[in-house]
Amino acid sequence: MKRAGLPPNPDPVLNQLVTPELVKKHGLLPDEFEQARRHLGRDLTLTELGIFSVMWSEHCSYKNTRPLLKGFPTEKSGATAEFGRVLVKAGEENAGIIDVGDGWAIAFKIESHNHPSAIEPFEGAATGVGGIIRDIFTMGARPVLLTNSLRFGELDSAATRRLLRGVVAGIAHYGNCVGVPTVGGDIYFDRSYEGNPLVNALCLGTLRHDQIRRGKATGLGNPVYYVGAATGRDGLGGAAFASRELSAESAADRPAVQKGDPFMEKLLIEACLEMMAVPGLVVGIQDMGAAGLTCSTCETASRGGAGIEIELDRVPQREPGMNSYEIMLSESQERMLVIVQAGREGEIEEVFAKWDLHASRVGSVTDTGRMVVRHHGVPVADIPASALTDGAPVYQREARRPAYLDESSRWTPEGAGLADVGIAGAQAALPRLLSHPTIASKRWVYRQYDHMVQHGTVVLPGSDAAVVRLRLGPGEKFIAISNDCNGRYCYLNPRRGAMIAMVECLRNLVCAGATPLAMTDNLNFGNPYKPENFYQLKECVAGLAEACRFFDVPVVGGNVSLYNESPAGAIDPTPTVSVVGFIESEAHITRQFAGSPGGRLILLGGAPSEIGGSQFLGIIHGMKTGDAPAVDLDAEKALQGFLLGQIKAGRVGAAHDLSEGGLLVAVCEMLFGPAPLGAELDLSGLPAPRQDALLFGESQGRVVISAAPADEPAVMAAAKAAGVPANPIGEVTANGKLGVRTARGPLEWDVSVLRVGWETSIETAMKRPGLG
Amino acid sequence: MDIAVLQFPGSNCDQDAFQLFSRGLRLPTRYVWHKDTRLGGADLVVLPGGFSYGDYLRCGAIARFSPVMGAVLEYARKGGLVLGICNGFQILCEAGLLPGALIRNSSLEFRCMTCELSVEDAGPAFNPGALGDRIRLPIGHGEGNYRIDEAGRARLEANRQVLLRYRENPNGSLEGIAGVRNEGGNVFGMMPHPDRAFERFHPSRDGLSVARAVLAARFPDLIRQSA
Amino acid sequence: MKIKVYVTPKRNVLDPQGAAVGHALESLGLSGLKGSRVGKVVELDVEGADSPQFRAQLDKLCRDLLSNPVIEDYHYEIAGA
Repeated sequence: MKRAGLPPNPDPVLNQLVTPELVKKHGLLPDEFEQARRHLGRDLTLTELGIFSVMWSEHCSYKNTRPLLKGFPTEKSGATAEFGRVLVKAGEENAGIIDVGDGWAIAFKIESHNHPSAIEPFEGAATGVGGIIRDIFTMGARPVLLTNSLRFGELDSAATRRLLRGVVAGIAHYGNCVGVPTVGGDIYFDRSYEGNPLVNALCLGTLRHDQIRRGKATGLGNPVYYVGAATGRDGLGGAAFASRELSAESAADRPAVQKGDPFMEKLLIEACLEMMAVPGLVVGIQDMGAAGLTCSTCETASRGGAGIEIELDRVPQREPGMNSYEIMLSESQERMLVIVQAGREGEIEEVFAKWDLHASRVGSVTDTGRMVVRHHGVPVADIPASALTDGAPVYQREARRPAYLDESSRWTPEGAGLADVGIAGAQAALPRLLSHPTIASKRWVYRQYDHMVQHGTVVLPGSDAAVVRLRLGPGEKFIAISNDCNGRYCYLNPRRGAMIAMVECLRNLVCAGATPLAMTDNLNFGNPYKPENFYQLKECVAGLAEACRFFDVPVVGGNVSLYNESPAGAIDPTPTVSVVGFIESEAHITRQFAGSPGGRLILLGGAPSEIGGSQFLGIIHGMKTGDAPAVDLDAEKALQGFLLGQIKAGRVGAAHDLSEGGLLVAVCEMLFGPAPLGAELDLSGLPAPRQDALLFGESQGRVVISAAPADEPAVMAAAKAAGVPANPIGEVTANGKLGVRTARGPLEWDVSVLRVGWETSIETAMKRPGLG
Repeated sequence: MDIAVLQFPGSNCDQDAFQLFSRGLRLPTRYVWHKDTRLGGADLVVLPGGFSYGDYLRCGAIARFSPVMGAVLEYARKGGLVLGICNGFQILCEAGLLPGALIRNSSLEFRCMTCELSVEDAGPAFNPGALGDRIRLPIGHGEGNYRIDEAGRARLEANRQVLLRYRENPNGSLEGIAGVRNEGGNVFGMMPHPDRAFERFHPSRDGLSVARAVLAARFPDLIRQSA
Repeated sequence: MKIKVYVTPKRNVLDPQGAAVGHALESLGLSGLKGSRVGKVVELDVEGADSPQFRAQLDKLCRDLLSNPVIEDYHYEIAGA
């Protein structure tokens, strides 16, 4: 084997030959290794092998998904009004940014930390929160809210309870300490996530247009600074690790999990925002996340079309004797790379001294386009920056429609001879659905999150969407945010299931009184080398893209997490979606809780009519089959436009869309607010070939609103004019009972009994013994 | 009137406390960085909530030795008004300016929720006025479990030093104690957050009344004006 | 000198963590458990020699910072003096 062109590494351990075995251990294919050698025109050093392996890993390079992601719309189309336009597009920087008027903007993004959370739930989830927060303030924005989407196996397993406890505690530990409120999210419990929990964390921050900062290295000779925590051996190989499937060996991979320090992050946030407020001081800034110093260095160089040279001796180190491989690949948390305007080094050092943080000049910007790394003065890596970023391989994976879809998509209850639910069955089904952890109250979770710090949370966790008041200079604005994805629908119909994730998110925002602005997504899938998994991924992306284009809601960023599978199988395809919406006036803010007795309940969108893929089918009949519910994008658009108009006209007391559990669950959720309420429904006039589909079916494009009796005629007339089906179904009462008249007979429940089951389900499950 | 809100490394409710007094009560308010050793003539010193020094070792254990605390001790000794909220309360207990200590919630979990509190008779130093007997304030803490030995507890009760009590104990605090004052009646501490109960859209606006109650005995005219 | 400072909750102070850990141990099969308390160890590596003056200083640091005398006890071991 040819000798590498660089001198021997100061650490003799790193001078071993780079063998095919070593290349394989680093997760690089022989062909990829050859490409790397061609980029350098010589053999790789071990440090360079490590660098290529992390930068070309799935997690960093998206090599198996980049072509697919090009299908997303990244800007608003049509009449490009000033308001809401995309200022930083998906893929450009660490997070996307959109305008929110008056010279202000919001930056937001969602990211996953699934594999580390499976191994070490507390630290895995905590560092996931830390990482996404850094992606936001590195753009120049002050983080103002967090949300998360979590997926676990069923709670009757002690292992799952351990994961839930650890993940929630980890998110709480980090978010609460750093002082950013966790205001919402969603959680599902399903067998398909057994052993493969999903932890997707979102952060949103605010900034003025002129405060936008980019991760770009420019200006020959500008100093490159390392700020924040010292570097240790944390998470070595973390990015490469995320690209391999979990197996029994993974427990021994503990060194690949990082430990976070939210106190350090809080100091870093304040110091960075202070530093970025000094005009002209910061030329570029990027956080050190996956692949740490390596990624931040080559990405900033690549974006700026420049080169960077660094000396590892200048990197603050927490442990003795670290070699260049360890320093370049370490995933120690709470560190940033800053390109500073030459001549002003003193100013940045002063800011960081105030906050008692390291600020060490580690290198300079060059014009060679190469990333050159020295250790003890000896060059240990010398790579064209763009080879690591744009030069990463791109693959077109094979997609094959899974065989199970043939059967599941054709399943119907009639075809299967599934008996409809009778009165006794319906009576028993509702409390069972309400107490299933996926539907039940998540209060056990969110009361551990500080959801009130920064004193701006307007609609607290528990409603369809979180609403937050942004203080922007002397003024204020209100935004709503929601997370959604029903993985089961995506399993049963990938394209439509993903479309539903988007459409439901939009519906939730509209129910809160908001106009959707932009979206971020986290694609959680299995091993892309299995054609059935890749088919799901491809179809889900297509479904999301179609919905985004139809509603003109651009994607401003996101994340892909693959290899979410274990020997037991892959997770349900789960393209988590989060959309941010804008609320024009505080008066429009609407919650899902029915206000007072006497309110009229109106069902918009027509009677629900299918049970494929529903929680009812799963929980009561133990079946996961059928097609995903039908979606009519035009009808959705009409419904959403109509509802928002009625909210703005002041006629809607409460609004809640139908989702898991269907109509009766939705009505109950409207009654489970601060005041003890009941409702009398009459569904006997609605077309209902099947009772189960009417009461518990999850047809899309359905919303229940409550309106004052005086407003009902106007609402009904407006619905008719808009072509939106509207059926009055009853009214809110004070008698604490839910009474439902159906074509087959009456049903009645004590609301407080239903509520107790709904409220205590998760808390009770978590008290069960067994540490897992 | 001059209200000083201290900022320790890791304080994260400093902005909330600032806004409570500045926007909520419309009083001149400023920040004081923990490395400053002078308070500069403040009429009220507020130690805000958060996780000063990451809550490392014990909540408030390290903050209590911050450079600014020398000035705070002196100011309090001379009778200056001090209010500690949440982590601020913890710091004041560690510094010996308030009796007792805050330990981990009995649930061992962080709790964020709105609590009903009874307003106690704490003597003329704490002038509840418009508060009435019951208020609602949010809590957000993992270590709000108030503890004091029996002799200390008896003294608290005898001297009417308890300000607020939880009606439904969320954290295991002894006798549901949520907030106390010192014997001298110039130092106040509470775990619940008045700084989360003052905006139009907050679950309650009782935070404004609580802030006034702390100031009222000392500055009756000013409070009437700002109401 | 290698110093280990042990900080434990006072006997008569409620220790919610200790109680929770005790229950967990019992559920994992530990029988006959009569008590469980959770404290912390602070390990220090200090140049110099053990002396009465040093111990006086260490005691003050233990009382002022490392422990909260209202709710905690401490004791320490010094090795390799």
